[in-house]
Amino acid sequence: MSKVRLATVWLDGCSGCHMSFLDMDERILEIASRVEVVYSPLVDPKEFPADVDVTIVEGGVSSEEDLHKIRMVRSRTKLLVALGDCAVTSNVPGMRNTYKVEEVLKRAYFENADLKQQVPSEVIPRLLPRALPVHEIVPVDVFLPGCPPPADVIFGALVSLLDGTTPDLSATRFGR
Amino acid sequence: MSARPPAKSAAPVASSKVKTLTIDDRLVSAREDESILDAARQNGIQIPTLCNLDGLTPVGACRLCVVEVKGSNKLFASCVTMVAEGMDVVTDSERLQRYRKTIVELLFSERNHVCAVCVSNGHCELQNLAQALGVTHLTVPYRHPKLPVDASHERFVNDHNRCVLCQRCVRVCGEVEGAHTWDINGRGIGARVITDLNQPWGSSETCTGCGKCVQVCPTGALTEKGKSVREMAKQSRFLPYLTMMREDRHE
Repeated sequence: MSKVRLATVWLDGCSGCHMSFLDMDERILEIASRVEVVYSPLVDPKEFPADVDVTIVEGGVSSEEDLHKIRMVRSRTKLLVALGDCAVTSNVPGMRNTYKVEEVLKRAYFENADLKQQVPSEVIPRLLPRALPVHEIVPVDVFLPGCPPPADVIFGALVSLLDGTTPDLSATRFGR
Repeated sequence: MSARPPAKSAAPVASSKVKTLTIDDRLVSAREDESILDAARQNGIQIPTLCNLDGLTPVGACRLCVVEVKGSNKLFASCVTMVAEGMDVVTDSERLQRYRKTIVELLFSERNHVCAVCVSNGHCELQNLAQALGVTHLTVPYRHPKLPVDASHERFVNDHNRCVLCQRCVRVCGEVEGAHTWDINGRGIGARVITDLNQPWGSSETCTGCGKCVQVCPTGALTEKGKSVREMAKQSRFLPYLTMMREDRHE
């Protein structure tokens, strides 16, 4: 049996969900024996490949880059998993949503900056009007809430998905 | 109150005052002044609630305790629906679960409940309900309204971002403390809890600073000042005892 092609993507989040994923300790070897990690902040490839079986997304959709990325990821993935509160609810990145983007940028790059007060216009992608949960942009198949979801829940959910059963999410919740 | 047994000197309850009904295919009996929720709980049948709190008058604000009564298409809030003879009640069905989940989703979408950074994270009744009902995400979009935080009181904070309008603060302040500092201003999505005549809490002349509203608040809306994320555990169990002691004194 060929290995399941697994990818992980990091949008607007703190990387805590990826940390929690790694926090499953030696059980990661069990996952590794059943999957091939084809794309992730944790591995080398720079291009998101075609024909991915499972993609785990951390973070909300906050910038034009996030938007482009998540649409491309969805089109190349069979099963999309929203990992953690930022992906599921927009969480902390979404706390800016009660303000206009201009107000947020002014706060960050003028009011709180001592040197070179200017909004960056290159390299950094433009912010969307609101940071949104992934499923408000593209369909999501599995939701793992939690900030971050516990390593046990991530491990259990991955094993369930690899076995083709429904993950048990009763041990995690918004915030946690 | 209604759940207390009658005093010893009182005449035995007449049989006409006891109603027999069916809840989830179980034959149960209850006094006629008891609600479906009372009857269910006395028989170990759990119905999810949010605005309801032992010791306060039920108001049916959150609708999480809705049940089906056979013979009617309407759903009934079990906390404010009295038992009736021959009533056939269903407390759990696919339809009820769907409605309850939607209610919780709407509560989350209506304000900014950012659990991860909330002082009540880990002690919140809304968070617990979402988990118990299997709400892993929202099927309605978030509104992200801009809401104020009133930190004008010396010891407490009112954060409208976390309020679910359960009215526990309004009731405990009016019914138990007797100050009636809290009220609801506005209608529907514009409704807000207010102190006195919609003025900063710190400037309220009626507030005694007793903190009962803070302790009964199910979320991180009313909290003690100086608490950080996860630190705001509430103590609402004082309430039934307080009510009971006061009633005894009146007798």
